[in-house]
Amino acid sequence: MMQRRQWLHASAALGCGALGLSGGQTSAWAQGMVSGRLRSLSDMLAPWSQGAPPVRQAVHLQLPVLADNGHLVPLSVRVDSPMTEADHVQEIVLVSQRNPVERMATFHVGPWSGRAEVSTRIRLAGSQMVLALARMSDGRCCYDLADVIATESACVDGS
Amino acid sequence: MALNLARMSWPDRVVAGEVFMVRILVQHPMETGYLQDNEGRTVPRNVIQTLTCHWVGEGMPLKEVFRVEPSSGISANPLFEFYLRATRSGELWLRWIDDAGQMGQLRQVLTVHGA
Repeated sequence: MMQRRQWLHASAALGCGALGLSGGQTSAWAQGMVSGRLRSLSDMLAPWSQGAPPVRQAVHLQLPVLADNGHLVPLSVRVDSPMTEADHVQEIVLVSQRNPVERMATFHVGPWSGRAEVSTRIRLAGSQMVLALARMSDGRCCYDLADVIATESACVDGS
Repeated sequence: MALNLARMSWPDRVVAGEVFMVRILVQHPMETGYLQDNEGRTVPRNVIQTLTCHWVGEGMPLKEVFRVEPSSGISANPLFEFYLRATRSGELWLRWIDDAGQMGQLRQVLTVHGA
């Protein structure tokens, strides 16, 4: 007949085994997500500036300072541009510093837009900087940054 | 398509030459691919790949006036707002396609009043 002590040992081993397994899964998840690492500004700018030196001007990025829900953060970008055939904004790229997917969205606008302004709602994996980059028709590259505190991350690992 | 999954709206009165705001709201889960369902299976990524808005005018070539390429960084049931300069009456034709290959569209008449 099984002793109480033996049974305790056995169940403890079982429990640890189960824990180990789930622990392993969780870390694999975290690795797969590549989240949590904060990218530097140059890392964020490099893939999108396409050689043009990015300057921090003309772009106005509006985000709440405190977003209590990372699943839905209202964002709006306005670019100072006459939006004429000769001088207009072609593209607006939204880049996250921490999200597993760096590029959040790309907007294509043109002289027919009349105003270089777009709004949407983004997901944020925790507090971070958000970058809005505008590519002008003459090849110039302008950007703006905004710091957001997100108390709840949009990336929860399956729990 | 029986179900209308998108809504497109602009001001009641649009006058020629004016710049007006267009608001688009699409019903879409925008699955990130990082979440699991109740049985612990990973829900595959399914986000809108491209959403375009064309201006359709009688006797005029189709003109793309807005395009957005979202990623999983855009919230579920995405909202997009952009601006357009009113020229003449026509239709705005909204189309999108997601990772699952599901396509959707919405056509809406735009009446432009004379200045």
